[in-house]
Amino acid sequence: MSILGTRVLRTEDPKFMTTGGVYTEDLVDERLTGAVYVTFARSPIAHARINGIDTSAVRDSDGVLAVFTAADVTDTATLRGMTRDINQEMTQTLLASDTVRYVGEPVAIVVTEQAYQGEDAADLIDVDYDPLPAVIDLHDAESDKTLLFPEAGSNTAVRYGPPQLDEHLFDDCEVVVSREIVNQRVAPAPMESRSAAAVWGEDGRLVAWIPNQGAQGTRAALAAMLKVSPDKVRIITPDVGGAFGAKFGADPEHALVAWTARRLGRPVRWSETRYENLMGMTHGRGQLQTVTIGGRRDGTVLAYRLEVLQDCGGYPRIGTLLPSLTLLMTPGTYAFAKVESAARSVVTTTTPMGAYRGAGRPEATAAVERAMDLFAAEIGMDPAEVRRRNLLPAFTEPRNNGFGALYDSGDYATALDRALEAAGYGRLRAEQVERRARGDVKALGIGIACYVEITGAGAESGDPHENATVEVHPDGSATILTGTSPHGQGHGTAWAMLASDELGIPVERITVRHGDTDLIPEGGGTGGSRSLQQGGAAVRQASQELLEVARDRAADELEVDARDLRFDVDRSAFTVAGVQQAAVSLADLAGKERLFVRAVFTAPGATFPFGAHVAVVEVDTETGKVELSRLIAVDDAGTILNPLLADGQRHGGIAQGAAQALLEEVVYDADGNPLTASFADYPFLSATEVPSFELVDMQTPTTYNPLGAKGIGEAGTIGATPAVQNAVVDAVSHLGVRHIDMPTSPQTVWRAIVSASEGNA
Amino acid sequence: MITSPFDFVTARSAEQAVALLGEYGDDAKLLAGGHSLLPMMKVRLAAPAVLVDIGGIDELAYVRLDGDDVAVGATTRHAAVATSAVLREQVPLLAHAAGLVGDPQVRHRGTIGGSLAHADPAADLPVALSALGGRVVVQGPAGRREIGADDFFQGYFTTALAEDELIVEVRLARRPGQGWGYEKFTRRANDWAIVAAATVGGRVSLANMGSQPVRALSTEQALASGSGARDAAALAAEGTRPGEDMHGDAEYRRHLARVLTRRALASAGVAD
Ligand SMILES: Cc1cc2nc3c(=O)[nH]c(=O)nc-3n(C[C@H](O)[C@H](O)[C@H](O)COP(=O)(O)OP(=O)(O)OC[C@H]3O[C@@H](n4cnc5c(N)ncnc54)[C@H](O)[C@@H]3O)c2cc1C
Repeated sequence: MSILGTRVLRTEDPKFMTTGGVYTEDLVDERLTGAVYVTFARSPIAHARINGIDTSAVRDSDGVLAVFTAADVTDTATLRGMTRDINQEMTQTLLASDTVRYVGEPVAIVVTEQAYQGEDAADLIDVDYDPLPAVIDLHDAESDKTLLFPEAGSNTAVRYGPPQLDEHLFDDCEVVVSREIVNQRVAPAPMESRSAAAVWGEDGRLVAWIPNQGAQGTRAALAAMLKVSPDKVRIITPDVGGAFGAKFGADPEHALVAWTARRLGRPVRWSETRYENLMGMTHGRGQLQTVTIGGRRDGTVLAYRLEVLQDCGGYPRIGTLLPSLTLLMTPGTYAFAKVESAARSVVTTTTPMGAYRGAGRPEATAAVERAMDLFAAEIGMDPAEVRRRNLLPAFTEPRNNGFGALYDSGDYATALDRALEAAGYGRLRAEQVERRARGDVKALGIGIACYVEITGAGAESGDPHENATVEVHPDGSATILTGTSPHGQGHGTAWAMLASDELGIPVERITVRHGDTDLIPEGGGTGGSRSLQQGGAAVRQASQELLEVARDRAADELEVDARDLRFDVDRSAFTVAGVQQAAVSLADLAGKERLFVRAVFTAPGATFPFGAHVAVVEVDTETGKVELSRLIAVDDAGTILNPLLADGQRHGGIAQGAAQALLEEVVYDADGNPLTASFADYPFLSATEVPSFELVDMQTPTTYNPLGAKGIGEAGTIGATPAVQNAVVDAVSHLGVRHIDMPTSPQTVWRAIVSASEGNA
Repeated sequence: MITSPFDFVTARSAEQAVALLGEYGDDAKLLAGGHSLLPMMKVRLAAPAVLVDIGGIDELAYVRLDGDDVAVGATTRHAAVATSAVLREQVPLLAHAAGLVGDPQVRHRGTIGGSLAHADPAADLPVALSALGGRVVVQGPAGRREIGADDFFQGYFTTALAEDELIVEVRLARRPGQGWGYEKFTRRANDWAIVAAATVGGRVSLANMGSQPVRALSTEQALASGSGARDAAALAAEGTRPGEDMHGDAEYRRHLARVLTRRALASAGVAD
């Protein structure tokens, strides 16, 4: 019986649960003997000119070996927007040279013998700052009153969408509702913060250990910043303690660690503190959205418009591009007659924005799902009913959503129905009515979100593809090399299952290797929920091709026609039809000659997982406190390889998604000081704040890969966030509340109630 | 996230701790559970030159009946306070409040003496002590003295402790069977209170409604003159001066103080 589709336990776990993984910070390697430590001095001020930096006091501090400022780092690249359409005058040097643009921006490097000495020393650097006005509010940024980059002429880094909006879009509508919605800035906050270790060999090549989401992309980014050819760089990926999109590529700090190692001619290490992580690692989301939705009182939506103002932070990094993904998914699961959207990304004096679990798609879903509820409330119709009336009918042939996304297949109404049924929607509504009638202090809220998202999108280098090498060893074990980059997902287990299923080698005897660019020079890493549908498909393809190579060799070995051979998976051996004794195993064949195949799987396009989430909350109407009591999720990611791993992705994603709706927000004061720079203030969610999630099965295989798999890594943050937010609003809608921005903190909810009761809904 | 350099000495008894404090003067700080002091040192809000570790003085870790009081030793951990059978019967408010401090790790490290000495207006044990009208026994070079809760707290992170004194014991009147209430309002289970209300025997105290645990005196007076819980609680925020932060501005905190006080009074059995 095939193990595919079964709950195979994670082979990674014994290691993580016993001796612990090896993370960059605690890595022991001969090549790092005698390493010294880098500490970054960071800007304490959001926006200022640097008049001068006095490092003289530092040199006498304990253990200090060197101090470097931008004046020393002259041989590295200047960073610009990643695509041509981004204003190329918004440049960034690896260390701030004349201007700082966010609190936490690296200004100087201190090198000490021991890590702890760096913090004392960095305090002694005296930077003469000439403060400039902070730009925090997005409308303020948009107004160009204070320019972050005067040479760029504007704070707008890029615009997406049509230059002119259609002023007649809502002409045929009986009802039109419009609203500004905050999709707040959040911090990825992986358990393992950023880190690096670097050493240059006598051959002039760099070896750098960096926690990342794709060693090959990290190599490219690092080489570009250091202005060396990529083949001069070897990236090794130790265990990675979470990433959530923020460990793709490399940051200036990583390049500066490598630069310092070259400059000093000795190994150098760096690990940031949690403070630095919350200020220095890219943040996510950060959109101000204006939704306008119109239609008929019978529940038909005729037109929908989404306008996005994206916060880029101090420098235009990946976050700048994300609204293009938001626009790509504008209409979501719906068949609206007319849809339009436009976006603009503006720089502010805050931490730069990057990718964060979902990266642009959760924002699109949040906008349209909030809009649907606003419309439903306006016409006084049940939000589930309004959705049913506007969902795209089920389809099995690819269809264009009008914004360039080719949905592979979808059945959104079934997903919604299953979620509502599992939730007991009718009973919940009845209970809501009862509670309201008896004036219960605890109001019940039910929130719905339908979603479709895009996973495994094409790389810049063409169609989505990934490579894998499978090798069988003479002892009967096997090794898989993958261009994906596991950091918690369980690829080790999943890839071994795929090879095991083809080759008959037990999962425990298969080693999965990734993240060493000398061993695996190509690869797309792990992100955008691409890994199984491309990397997994490549493993399967390589395994199958390996069997064909082995079959020919077995035929020679047994002196029979290859067509008479049968592969007996249980014995991992070829047998000759009718002749019991004549057999040769893969291990035997590998003993004669190395037995391996490298394969590249190419997908015809991205896949579009979909689903529906229902959240149930209780809101204490006296205090505004929200309790998430249930979350029901239908997530159709195609054929599920291992339900245990898929459920794990859903659990984590839903928790993170709920966290954005309920708790998390990166906050700056008006001067640009971060108010959430430690875990004492940044309220990440813990297990005590969420119920056990109710996961409902739905599997519509995609035809885009032989596994039938679509991505599942980001579904949770896409579906759960609007479902929970909608539930909170729904709970107090009878009090006249129509909208509450995230995070739905007790104070925010209480104010919404008070304000509605005063007649200002 | 790395402290400034410091020296470390271990005290084996209260007397020795007092002597060490005398020796090092204001360069020294007592270290008990370390769960307030060490975070402050790591972010360099505190940089004592010498730490005098009293966390290991076992003779100060106890809960015992003593006449009309329950006596709790200063280095008794929150977890021990929370689970003490004596306290749960005699002073359940204190045990309950201790059980709500932070998370299990914090409760197994943090001590009652440390929490009271730290005097965070948002903390659980100070407000419980205030509502209970408990007394703090401190020891200095001249011996022991007792300070009532109302006099002990003197402002943000400020107490009546002299520099060469340490808390050795906390004394609380026995109140078996008496109604009490404690309402701690947080966003997450392991958070500090945004506001908390504690009540027992007609006293009402609030956490995070000012620079120290605040007695809701108008509420207490109303209760004393026969008001019901609803009317009395409506006065809870009178005279308070709550601070503002991301979780709540002053207006919201005042509102919470009233709601939580009413709920605490209801738990204590005070009728509306
Ligand atoms: C993550 C986290 C969450 C927390 N959540 C809460 C919460 O929800 N509610 C809450 O109330 N608290 C909370 N705390 C604080 C916790 O209760 C601390 O343990 C307590 O405040 C301090 O006790 P300690 O023994 O750790 O003191 P220490 O940190 O060792 O010392 C604190 C201060 O008291 C002084 N001191 C210590 N002992 C004595 C003594 N016997 N005599 C005189 N001075 C002394 C020290 O010199 C220092 O100034 C939390 C702490 C953490 C780290």
